[in-house]
Amino acid sequence: MLATSREFEANTRAGLSNKNLQHALGLARTGFPLRRQLATERLPEFDQLREIGRSIKDHTLEHLDFYLELYESNVVASGGKMHWARTSEEACAAVLQICRSVGAKIVTKGKSMVAEEVGLNDFLEANGITPVETDLGEYIIQLRHEPPSHIIAPAIHLMKEQVADTFRAEHRSLDPERSLVEPRQMCDEARAVLRPRFLAADVGITGANFLVAESGSSIIVTNEGNGDLTQTLPRVHIVMTSIEKMVPTFEDAATLLRLLARSATGQEFSSYTTISTGPRRPGDLDGPEQYHVVLLDNGRSALLGGEFQDILRCIRCSACINHCPVYTAVGGHAYGWVYPGPMGAVLTPSLIGIEEAAHLPNASTFCGRCESVCPVKIPLPKMMRHWREREYTRKLSPRVYRTGLSLWAWVARRPGLYHAFAEIASRALGWAGRYRGRFRSLPLANGWTAVRDMPAPEGRSFHSLWAERRK
Amino acid sequence: MSEARERILEGIRSALKRGLLDPNIQAQLRARVAAHGRNLIPTRATALDHAGRVDLFIALAEEVQATVARVGSLAEIPEAVARYLAAENLPAELVVAPDPNMDAVPWEVRPLLRIRHGRATAEDRISLTPCHAAIAETGTLMLISGRQTPTTLNFLPDTHIVIVRRDQVVASYEDGLDRLRSDNASDKLPRVINFITGPSRTADIEQHIELGAHGPRRLHIVLLEDTRTTGSAEDDEEHNPSAQ
Repeated sequence: MLATSREFEANTRAGLSNKNLQHALGLARTGFPLRRQLATERLPEFDQLREIGRSIKDHTLEHLDFYLELYESNVVASGGKMHWARTSEEACAAVLQICRSVGAKIVTKGKSMVAEEVGLNDFLEANGITPVETDLGEYIIQLRHEPPSHIIAPAIHLMKEQVADTFRAEHRSLDPERSLVEPRQMCDEARAVLRPRFLAADVGITGANFLVAESGSSIIVTNEGNGDLTQTLPRVHIVMTSIEKMVPTFEDAATLLRLLARSATGQEFSSYTTISTGPRRPGDLDGPEQYHVVLLDNGRSALLGGEFQDILRCIRCSACINHCPVYTAVGGHAYGWVYPGPMGAVLTPSLIGIEEAAHLPNASTFCGRCESVCPVKIPLPKMMRHWREREYTRKLSPRVYRTGLSLWAWVARRPGLYHAFAEIASRALGWAGRYRGRFRSLPLANGWTAVRDMPAPEGRSFHSLWAERRK
Repeated sequence: MSEARERILEGIRSALKRGLLDPNIQAQLRARVAAHGRNLIPTRATALDHAGRVDLFIALAEEVQATVARVGSLAEIPEAVARYLAAENLPAELVVAPDPNMDAVPWEVRPLLRIRHGRATAEDRISLTPCHAAIAETGTLMLISGRQTPTTLNFLPDTHIVIVRRDQVVASYEDGLDRLRSDNASDKLPRVINFITGPSRTADIEQHIELGAHGPRRLHIVLLEDTRTTGSAEDDEEHNPSAQ
């Protein structure tokens, strides 16, 4: 997928002034965190499970080569086929080659962020194959030619009236006078429109939430059942996934599954958790004849052993996104690529380069909610700081910003000077603002005062109070 | 593509600043996998006796809009199914898993129920299947694919009816998987294991929860109190299911 992360500042302005988006985000802002909180409060062991989940993922990443090879041998033993892909191009080529080998015309798809990452839909279309998204949210945004704005709720930026307009514009064979007011009606319409596509598809592509090394199995977690129809009905099932989805055993997967739904939607368990191992068995009445795994690296392996390794623990629950004050203000499209919110702010520069995505690690108030709700305890603010550091050393931030920062650092390293400056500045500001108590504008601080007033300092500084108390 | 494979594995090793793992460590990792060591399992179901687990399973399944009927024996299933279909205003036409254990259900006592055995097609509106286990922890059904239990039955029809034998209720997902491992002498997993928790749903439009997105709109559980008869079994190789 083509990134527009460089345009983050313009994207956020567009997001903030988009009324539909702001209304839709308002629903998300309260819904997701509340449901997650209720679900985690019901499970007294939740925090212990987070600790175990973290150690399972760390253990797997430390031995990732071993588990990938074990996984591969079990995929092959169960009759499946492995396709390793270093890049998006290799992943797309592998999918195309499989589709061509069976003469596929229509491909149904369950939701896969890896498929979004490699831009699979555009690639297939350019090669004469019709991809049909079947997750309701993905289907809606495919009709609208938009990228997803959230990793588990791709159409979260839309209001139902927009969905109704899209359906009217695209489902032209249906009665134009039909009522499309309630989500129920749109849901039924999508079900009716998509059912024949499920049955007609030659190939079904799903993602994977986890890959299990002990058996060569892939696991998908869905609520709609679209992933299961996608992988059961066509002759060929392709699992589109990436190397960090690995876990050693089913017991390990069970622990992570207990964390996933509760962190994501606040459900005890999603409607459908499906473990797939290889193609149809002799005597089976249904299921695909071929089972393929396209396993993508795309820069992930390079993150191992370094300061960004922890992001590879991510199980894509979206809790960090749902709790982020920046995401819930500007929406997912502002981030300009597949992965929004705090996990995206860390992962996107890792995968497409900090030059492309330098703004994203700055899209944070460092409130720390993301880390506090992460089911595998990824230190997201710390890693965003690492990226800011790199942005600074690579001189990607504006010059005036860098000069200001070095000046400040020079003073801050000299406490006597710093305190003297701070004392003078706070007294001067306190005096200047003694009547109003705040400033509407300040030189050098218009980034702050353009959108809010700056309060005038009152009384004495913390440092002088502290010094007095210690006497 | 084998070049990609080698490069990715090499890349992982060089990022981790090591070569191939030491054989001793590899042996330890293999032992870790073979041991199937359990991680922490929440006590909400494990702390209960079996009757408590059955009650918890039902309560949690109903919480996610599954419906539950209890029957005393296999002989009562046709009556319970007919009553459910009538109450929901559904047609009396079922596709039933071609599982020999389901043959013991005396459908003939309800001659108006039209029964077909096989996989589901696009026209089928109601399916009836056994299950492999029922997980008390979250009110989850565990179904496995096989020649007697085609997966399409679980997803294509609008209404899915599942027979759960009381002794199939277990505490955790791990318990369900262990049952599968001990049942499976061949050590080969079924192609698909479906954990099903309530009917299909979506919240993709304004976070409004709607049932029946693509899978079944209704999930009805018939709990069989009599445990003398069995549910799903893959061991009966003699049985030749009627395809379609």
